[in-house]
Amino acid sequence: MAQTTSAAEPTRRDFLYIATGAVGAVGVAGVAWPFISSLAPDAQTVAAGAPVELDLTPIAEGQIVKLFWRGNLIFVRHRTAEEIQAARSAPLTALRDPQPDEARTKEGKAQWLVVYGNCTHLGCVPLGQQGEYKGWFCPCHGSIFDTSGRVRGGPAPINLPVPPYTFTSDTAIRIGAEA
Amino acid sequence: MSDHPTTYVPQSALAKWFESRLPVMGLLHSSFVAFPVPRNLNYFWTFGAVLFFMLISQIVTGIVLAMHYTPHADYAFQSVEHIMRDVNYGWLLRYLHANGASMFFVAVYIHIFRGLYYGSYKAPREVLWILGVIILLLMMATAFMGYVLPWGQMSFWGATVITNLFSAIPVVGEGIVHFLWGGFSVGNPTLNRFFSLHYLLPFMILGVAMLHVWALHVPGNNNPTGVPIKSGKDAVPFHPYMTVKDAFSLVLFLILFSWFVFYMPNYLGHADNYIPANPSVTPAHIVPEWYFLPFYAILRAIPDKLGGVIAMFASIAILAFLPWLDTSKVRSAAYRPLYRIFSWVFVLCAIGLGYLGAMPAEGGYVIASRLLTAYYFAHFLIIIPLLGLFETPKPLPNSIVESVLGKAGSGSGLPTGAAAEPQTKG
Amino acid sequence: MNKINLIAGALGLALAFAGTAHAAGEGVNPPRQNWSFAGPFGSFDRAQLQRGFKIYRESCSSCHSLNKVYFRNLSQPGGPEFSPGQVQALAAEYKIKDGPNESGEMFERSGRPSDRLPSPFPNEQAAAAANGGKAPPDLSIMAKARTFTRGFPWFITDVFTQYTENGPDYVRAVITGYEDPPAGFTVPDGGNYNKYYPGHVIAMPKPISDGQIEYPKTPDGRPQVPETAEQYARDVTAFLMWTAEPHLEQRKRMGFAVMVFLAVFGGLLYFTKKKIWARVGGDPVAMHHPHQSH
Repeated sequence: MAQTTSAAEPTRRDFLYIATGAVGAVGVAGVAWPFISSLAPDAQTVAAGAPVELDLTPIAEGQIVKLFWRGNLIFVRHRTAEEIQAARSAPLTALRDPQPDEARTKEGKAQWLVVYGNCTHLGCVPLGQQGEYKGWFCPCHGSIFDTSGRVRGGPAPINLPVPPYTFTSDTAIRIGAEA
Repeated sequence: MSDHPTTYVPQSALAKWFESRLPVMGLLHSSFVAFPVPRNLNYFWTFGAVLFFMLISQIVTGIVLAMHYTPHADYAFQSVEHIMRDVNYGWLLRYLHANGASMFFVAVYIHIFRGLYYGSYKAPREVLWILGVIILLLMMATAFMGYVLPWGQMSFWGATVITNLFSAIPVVGEGIVHFLWGGFSVGNPTLNRFFSLHYLLPFMILGVAMLHVWALHVPGNNNPTGVPIKSGKDAVPFHPYMTVKDAFSLVLFLILFSWFVFYMPNYLGHADNYIPANPSVTPAHIVPEWYFLPFYAILRAIPDKLGGVIAMFASIAILAFLPWLDTSKVRSAAYRPLYRIFSWVFVLCAIGLGYLGAMPAEGGYVIASRLLTAYYFAHFLIIIPLLGLFETPKPLPNSIVESVLGKAGSGSGLPTGAAAEPQTKG
Repeated sequence: MNKINLIAGALGLALAFAGTAHAAGEGVNPPRQNWSFAGPFGSFDRAQLQRGFKIYRESCSSCHSLNKVYFRNLSQPGGPEFSPGQVQALAAEYKIKDGPNESGEMFERSGRPSDRLPSPFPNEQAAAAANGGKAPPDLSIMAKARTFTRGFPWFITDVFTQYTENGPDYVRAVITGYEDPPAGFTVPDGGNYNKYYPGHVIAMPKPISDGQIEYPKTPDGRPQVPETAEQYARDVTAFLMWTAEPHLEQRKRMGFAVMVFLAVFGGLLYFTKKKIWARVGGDPVAMHHPHQSH
């Protein structure tokens, strides 16, 4: 009995099996995708992320206002001269997530700090003007932030991120859009 | 769910007709009537039945509650209060369901301890044990999502903290969290999908629990001696011996359950959850339900975010590897003098972690949680493997019946798989 | 090796408990009160709930809503148990916004028993604007939504003594807890010093004083109970406990019946079990453990 092919060599039949299996897998993936995709933020939620405007004039020095953009809490802080000084004089080597204060504020607007208001550890809302650096202190797991919103202690891995925003005038910002 | 050929004999013509087409009565008979169980099982072995009752109780109360509940961020809190105030016996159903979750965990932790203490995870019951670990994970997921549904402050912030755990995953973490939320923060889409999953998962638990019972019925029950059944004298049929014992144990358990439901229904919950969810204010202390506290303490003990998350999941996953970490030839702690002590120390460690999980994450608490977290893992990774190598076990009895009745061993045991009533055997 | 681990573990535990034992007492815990609704057979004092409602209506309701409560609840069993006629008349004193009617207009009508108690402010923002930026919270579930930590070992003993009145004890304490701040404590603008409020600075001013509200009189012309702030606080707290848990009495009554049933059923099952296990020489549970012999 002569064998026409050896086992090691792929045959036309093997190719047929693989092709059939592959097409079947593509079908399964194609069917699965709409189900998975439906879990993502929906069109209305994404649309609700349009930029928001904020008038800064009523915010007193030393005050922090909270607002929501895309369902996320945002802190807008009118910093005092000492707070700015404290933020700018911190040595970068002492930071877990080194970032100069200048890179976290807009040029010439050092008194305005705009950061996300949820702790980068597990999302709680840190309390303003508290903790060792009088920036923020998270009551949940004890993360400490300085007056630039940078993490200085506790389990938070990174600084409070700065959302995209731009000054539309001297006293108004638009959160959600870069210039 | 038994390999033993059934001894069920259909009596009526209809039963015979049916049995020849679908032999389900025979299956139930051989699994829950004639099934031979070791005669020396103690009350630790009744918690399987208690857990089955709790699962059914949670499903039944949950289905009725779902008929009155509205899974929407604007109405969920209101609808729960509607259940508490206006629905006939709504308060009873809700308190049964909320406290039932706690009681479910009380029973499951005792059940797990039983398995740890008597070595029930050891060969040939590894698959049975791993199915149990899967059930535990499903229970945790279900309980967590259920706690979100009333949409109080603890619901909202608990959901925020736990879903944020996944953001610790490098690169894709952020995207995964947005998929979990269905938005850019915890909100109505999150509540909606949690409700859907909270309804689905209990039925998955039921399915895995059936596999768990099936896997139990292949090797049969372990027992306090760890010595397998060797003759009919070692065993009694499941019914009526275990059924009546399980029923008695269940009633005692229900007294505990009723104590909480009727007299202190909010003791195991959090006052903060009677405040509607508010995304701009975090409660002073975010504390999970008591049954998650040991794992929460482990999460907080690690100063690194990703490390904490990994340690927390590892603390449960490590249970699945236990059959291979244990090097001992002897199953039961009753014959392992050192392991017996260590298993109780482990219980104290878990309770200590639970206490620390409820305390603020500062100062001495953090140091204590680190010590206990280290001990928790050392128990599985160092103590258990080494004990099996160095411990001198006590001599095992030759058989279960010998351990029960002494060497004379002349009890009126039953042939393995005996179906008939014991008294007919003389 | 094993011994060392054991010692390390025990040390860790000892440390854990030693470390936590004396860290509990940060705030001032409210003094414990004697409530008629406490304990397994507790029930509300109808006259007290009626007085409490009067206080809510005449004092609290100018700022705080009670929006989970309907007028009809005031006559239901287990509550203040006003007569249905009284409730009808009471509801009719309020103007309720309803609509839209056929021409699409909102209109006002007099209240019915099936209406909710009207809120003092149209929405949360209005409530916040009128009260220095922070809306006064709804009081419906207040007695369950506030608590204080009992700490170790009380959180264990409470399970056996059925102490669950943390909420009412706290609410009463805050209502009466206004006093002068201790020396060196500065109270910020818009705040008031309260001994029992966490952090001691509360936005709500002292809500009630002696003699502010007139109580029903006994036949000889004296008030039923003293018209003191202390008594007012107790009465309104009892009322708020009822609004938070309107089926408390039914729950405790049913609990007793269930306990009796379970005790009887459990007893019967115990003897049934004994009898069945006697067929194989008794339940061997007590005999199996080798370590019980030494």
